Amino acid sequence: MAELTYRDAVARGIAQEMTRDPDVVFLGEDVGKAGGVFKATVGLYEQFGPLRVRDTPISEQAILGAAMGAAMTGLKPIAEIMFSDFFAVCFDYIANEFPKSRYMSNGQTKCPLVVRTGNGAGSRFGAQHSQSVENWCMMIPGLKVVAPSTPRDVIGLMAAAVRDPDPVIFFEHKSLYATKGEVPDGEIVDTLGTAKIVRPGKDATIIALALMVPRANEAANRLKAEHGIDCEVVDVRSLVPLDTQTILGSVAKTNRLFTVEENPRLCGWGAEIVSIVADEAFYDLDGPPVRITTPHIPLPAADILEDIVLPTPDRIVETVKRSLGS
Amino acid sequence: MARMSDRAPGAAGSGLNDDIGEEKRLALYRSQVVLREAEQRAFDLFLQNLVKGTSHLSLGQEAVAAGFAEAMQKGDLSFCTYRGHAHTLARGVPVEKVLGELMQRDNGLMRGKGGSMHLTSEEHGVMGSYAIIGAHLPIACGAAWRAQYKGHKDVSVCFFGDGTTNIGAFHEALNFAAVWKLPVVFVCENNLYMEYTPIADVTAVQHPAADRASAYGLERIVIDGNDADVVYREAQKAYAKARAGNGPSLIECMTYRHSGHSRADPAKYRPEGELERWKLRDPIKIYRERLLQFGVSEKTIADIDARVRKEVDDATEACKAAPMPPLDILTTDVYADGGWAWRN
Repeated sequence: MAELTYRDAVARGIAQEMTRDPDVVFLGEDVGKAGGVFKATVGLYEQFGPLRVRDTPISEQAILGAAMGAAMTGLKPIAEIMFSDFFAVCFDYIANEFPKSRYMSNGQTKCPLVVRTGNGAGSRFGAQHSQSVENWCMMIPGLKVVAPSTPRDVIGLMAAAVRDPDPVIFFEHKSLYATKGEVPDGEIVDTLGTAKIVRPGKDATIIALALMVPRANEAANRLKAEHGIDCEVVDVRSLVPLDTQTILGSVAKTNRLFTVEENPRLCGWGAEIVSIVADEAFYDLDGPPVRITTPHIPLPAADILEDIVLPTPDRIVETVKRSLGS
Repeated sequence: MARMSDRAPGAAGSGLNDDIGEEKRLALYRSQVVLREAEQRAFDLFLQNLVKGTSHLSLGQEAVAAGFAEAMQKGDLSFCTYRGHAHTLARGVPVEKVLGELMQRDNGLMRGKGGSMHLTSEEHGVMGSYAIIGAHLPIACGAAWRAQYKGHKDVSVCFFGDGTTNIGAFHEALNFAAVWKLPVVFVCENNLYMEYTPIADVTAVQHPAADRASAYGLERIVIDGNDADVVYREAQKAYAKARAGNGPSLIECMTYRHSGHSRADPAKYRPEGELERWKLRDPIKIYRERLLQFGVSEKTIADIDARVRKEVDDATEACKAAPMPPLDILTTDVYADGGWAWRN
């Protein structure tokens, strides 16, 4: 067991898989010699060499297209798109090519690849380098979508993503890179499509993802200490496949549902979860499900503005307290 | 009219250049006839409402598909566009499989799940037909990267139209392939029209692919795309270069499509006489004359024509008799486990 940053967990997760399988290759902008703009891939170039860790031009379509062509013909590429906002310039691959080739070819074409990307706000980068765009991917049949919140999950879910036979979009949260967590020694392999109850409770279920997980945890601790409300916090971890059984099971126990989403409000993943719970567990609910989201606006750059729009532990505490009538 | 240099086999008085050999010449001819007959049949079946959806024909452009495919080795990979029937057939995919897909029958190449614009037959090296302009150039780069990384000797060959040269992915892929020295061959079929608009009206250079080659350190190559021998020789050169580890090629083939952009397009935008002038240089007509010059008998040619026509007739009847796809394939192969489950 060692303490590791989320940032270092990325490099360790990739290294674990590249060591295991020589068909795993890694490409992206500044990922090799420079070690990544977030320093999340430091050491990989030195360890695995320029043939397996390849620096690319600023050509997001070429990066994703090349990853796909390599995946179709036998490699297991990991491609980095530096900021998830840049998905918009290479979205053809994410929306049209990776997820549809198997279906359109009646099962002939395979596409086992991972796209990892820096997602989320908190760095004061403004509206085009701060978004949480996991919803852009969740809506597309054929993709799998993962967003870890801890260093251990980064390694385990990276391994699961690399070993998965489908295209997996792997969202790393930029504001989590510096956070630390305990990580066991040796190989770590997790399972896609599994949510995790990170804090058990009986009064309300709070569903969160990525940066919103530690914020939900902090809110839950305060709700318990200050207001006697015992919240269960569920880290979704994987939007597709979605572990609805863990979510429905938690709601059956607590009878209240809150989602905490960093994305702007419309069509957020929380809406899908609320819809599933409303369809399948309506009579488990003692009150309306509540979504806590960023308002439906572009993200501002100034710290004072950005801090207001993202869901905070304060906002989660206030919302849960008010909804439970405490 | 664009460049139309008619390269007769061998210079006048120097005798015929028989570098290709009779067996390969007959294969080149047969391939072009298959493409012509199958696509003409597809058009007829469309008029009978038996081919549904859209279709983009390569009538008139057969020499490009036949020439590049005949120069390939087993294991070489083709990446096609939505105008991909010819490139698919040229790799040896049975006519019935292609027509079946166009007719959306259960005997189709993808059992009706892909349609005309997405023909794929990996067992024949046809790694897909891509309907988003430019998408497959980077994908071909990736397949070539795999060959380079694994030390495989196959070449990835990527076909696209003149219109593709004005989209970003073209330029990203060319630079990427050149910098990484990938074994990929980019083949631009310049048929003079991007869709309905003349390519010259919307492109800053005369040759939309070749005149961009120098920007990526590549040789400027423009060839007569209606002469299968010229195409075949150029393909061999490019494949040999790729296999030797000397990087990509970009080849612009001058050709002309006899039909409109898609089934919806009667091609009224063409100047009067243009189609007729190009039909004088119909690739199959050129090649038939070539075979006669080489001493192939009229009977041999007629036998090939008759056999191909029978093959297409038989395929048509098989497709007409084939059932529609069963509804249970609707949700198969969304994910690699064969199903479509996105939740537990």
